[in-house]
Amino acid sequence: MNRINKLFKDKKDKILSIYFTAGYPNLNDTTEIIKTLDECGVDLIEIGMPFSDPIADGPVIQDSSNVAIDNGMNLNLLFKQLEEIRNITDIPIVLMGYVNPVYQFGYEKFIKNILECDLDGLILPDLPLDDYINEFKPIFDKENLSFIPLITPNTSKERIRQIDDNSNGFIYMVSSSSITGKKSSFDDKQIQYFKDVKGLSLKNPTIIGFGISDKESFKQACKYSHGAIIGTKFIKEISNGNLRESIKDFIASIRS
Amino acid sequence: MKYNVNSNGFYGDFGGAYIPEMLFSNIDELKKNYLRIVEKDSFTREFNFYLKKYVGRPTPLYYAKRLSEKYGSKIYLKREDLCHTGAHKINNTIGQILLARELKKTKIIAETGAGQHGVATATVCALMGMECVIYMGEVDIERQRPNVERMRILGAEVRPATSGSRTLKDATNEAMRHWINNPDDTHYIIGSVVGPHPYPDMVARFQSVISEELLGQLKKVEGRDYPDFVIACVGGGSNAAGIFYHYLDNPKVNLVGVEAAGLGVSTDKSAATTKLGKKGVLHGSKTLLMQDENGQVTEPYSISAGLDYPGIGPLHAHLFDSNRGEYISVDDDEAMNAGIELSRLEGIIPAIETAHAFSVFDKLDMKGKVVIVNLSGRGDKDLETYIKWGKY
Repeated sequence: MNRINKLFKDKKDKILSIYFTAGYPNLNDTTEIIKTLDECGVDLIEIGMPFSDPIADGPVIQDSSNVAIDNGMNLNLLFKQLEEIRNITDIPIVLMGYVNPVYQFGYEKFIKNILECDLDGLILPDLPLDDYINEFKPIFDKENLSFIPLITPNTSKERIRQIDDNSNGFIYMVSSSSITGKKSSFDDKQIQYFKDVKGLSLKNPTIIGFGISDKESFKQACKYSHGAIIGTKFIKEISNGNLRESIKDFIASIRS
Repeated sequence: MKYNVNSNGFYGDFGGAYIPEMLFSNIDELKKNYLRIVEKDSFTREFNFYLKKYVGRPTPLYYAKRLSEKYGSKIYLKREDLCHTGAHKINNTIGQILLARELKKTKIIAETGAGQHGVATATVCALMGMECVIYMGEVDIERQRPNVERMRILGAEVRPATSGSRTLKDATNEAMRHWINNPDDTHYIIGSVVGPHPYPDMVARFQSVISEELLGQLKKVEGRDYPDFVIACVGGGSNAAGIFYHYLDNPKVNLVGVEAAGLGVSTDKSAATTKLGKKGVLHGSKTLLMQDENGQVTEPYSISAGLDYPGIGPLHAHLFDSNRGEYISVDDDEAMNAGIELSRLEGIIPAIETAHAFSVFDKLDMKGKVVIVNLSGRGDKDLETYIKWGKY
C-alpha cells in the first residue's frame, strides 16, 4: 500500500491537498514549502512541473510557471531537490504537469526518478488514457505508484467507469468546465454533478479541485468528496512576503 | 492511403489527441461525428455551393510564363490568393462552420497569426450569423493591423493574447483555454492542420479541394493529372496539406514544403521546425516541435506572422520523417526577394508566407519539369512589412 492509499484508508474526509509550482517564487523554495506544509498538517502535496504552454491553467499558474522556468527550474533540478525529501516528510507527494517536459526527459528515466525520490504518484492531464495504459501502467502497477486521472462535469458515466478501472489512488474531480483559478462557489449544476459521481460508488476516492480558494469552498467541496485541492489561491498567497508565515496563515485560514 | 491519417488519429508516429480531460468530450464529439457529417450528400452540396458562389472556386491554375522562362521550367500557380478574403484559409472555415451548425453550436472561436484565418473565420461567422471571438497575439496585432480591422468590421471580437511570445502559439493557447471554459455552445475553428485529432484530418479534407481541382486542371493543360513538383509554404501546413492531398500516395510527385528560417537556422530567430524541432507534444498532438532540452517550447521567429509557429502539422512531420516530402527552409531575405520577383515578373504581390514558396526554385532540380506552386495568399495585408523591408 502506498502513502496515497494509506491516507484514504486512514482518513475518510476533509483531506486537504495543496498544489504549488516547483521553482516558484524562488528556484530553491521547493523543500521549504514542503516542510512547512507538513508542519501545517496538510494531507497531500502536488508539485507542479512548470511548462511553457499550460493550456488548462489560468493566469496565476501560467505566471508561476513562467517565473519558475525563468528561474531555471527543470526536471533534473526538481528531482535533485527532492532526493532527500523523505527525511523531511512522510506526506504523499504527487507530481503534476503536462506531457511534453516529461516526454523529453524520457518516460523511463522519469519513473526511475520518481521511485528514487520515493514519490507516490503522477497527474498528467494531457496524457491520453491509451498512452498511460501502454507506457506507464505496467510499471506503475508493479511499483505501486498512483496515476491520478481527471474527470469533469462533461465526462460521461461510462468514461468515468473506464478511468476508475484504470487508475488507483484517487480521482481528481474538476469542479467545473474551466481552467484553473476561475470560480469560487458552486452552483446547483455542479452540486448535482458531485452527487452523481458520488452515486457511482467508484473504487477510487475523489478529491475536488479547481475553484477551491477558501474555508467556505473547501468545506462545501468536502461535503461531496473526500477532500479538496487548492492551487491558484495558494500560489497567490505565497507570491509575496515571508514564505513560511504566508503558508502557515493560509493553511490555518482553511482549517480553522 | 499510406501517408494519410489512420483510424487512431496518427500519421506514423505523429498526431493523436493529447488533451486534458476538460476538452475530451468536445474532441470526442468531433471525432465521432465529423466523417458522418462531411460525407453526407447534403453537407457536400452546401459546402460546394459556398465554395463556388461565395469563395469563387474553382481558383484558376495560371501558367506563369515569365517565371517559367527564368527558371527553365513549366511553373503553374494555383491561385488561392483569388479566394474571397485573399487566401486559402476560407476553404476550411466554410467547412467548419457548416460542421459547427450541424453540431448545434452557436458560438465560434479561432486563433490567428497573420490574421488570414481570423478574417476567414470572422467572414463565415458574419455569413452564418454566429458570434465570433478571435484570439491573436499582441505582436501579430501590431504587424497585421489591416486584418485586425477587417475582423472588427466583420463583427468579430479580437482578443489579444498577452502571454509568452504573444504570437500564434499563444493565441492558440488562449483559444484552447476559452474552449475549456465554454465547452457546450462553442466550436473552435482551428486554422491549420494542427491540434488534436480529428482537426489535422478535418482541415486537410476541407483544404483538399485545392488538389482535387488541380487534378482536372492539369489534365487539361498537360495531358496528365499530376505534376513533377508541388511547392507550398508551411507554418502549421494547411495550404500545403490541401495541395499535397491527392498526391500523397503518388510517388511521381515531389512534395516540397517551404519553412521560414527567419534570420537563419543557426540563429535563435527561426521557425524552421523540421530543421530545429524534435518530437514533442503541443496543442494536442505529437509532432515535430521547437523546444529546449527541458521540453519548454521555444519562441519562433519569422518575418511572416503566418509561419511564426514552433510546430508543424503531424501529417507534415510524418511526410518529413518518412522522406515522402522534402522540407526546405528559407530566410526572411530570400522570401522577401522572391515576393518582389513574383511581383515584377507576374504582376502578383504574394503574402509573405506565400513568398517563401517562391524562393526555392534554385534549390530544386526542376529544369524542364512541371511545377505547381500554391499561391496561397495575396500580399495586401503585408504592405507595411514590404515597405519596412524596403529593398525594392
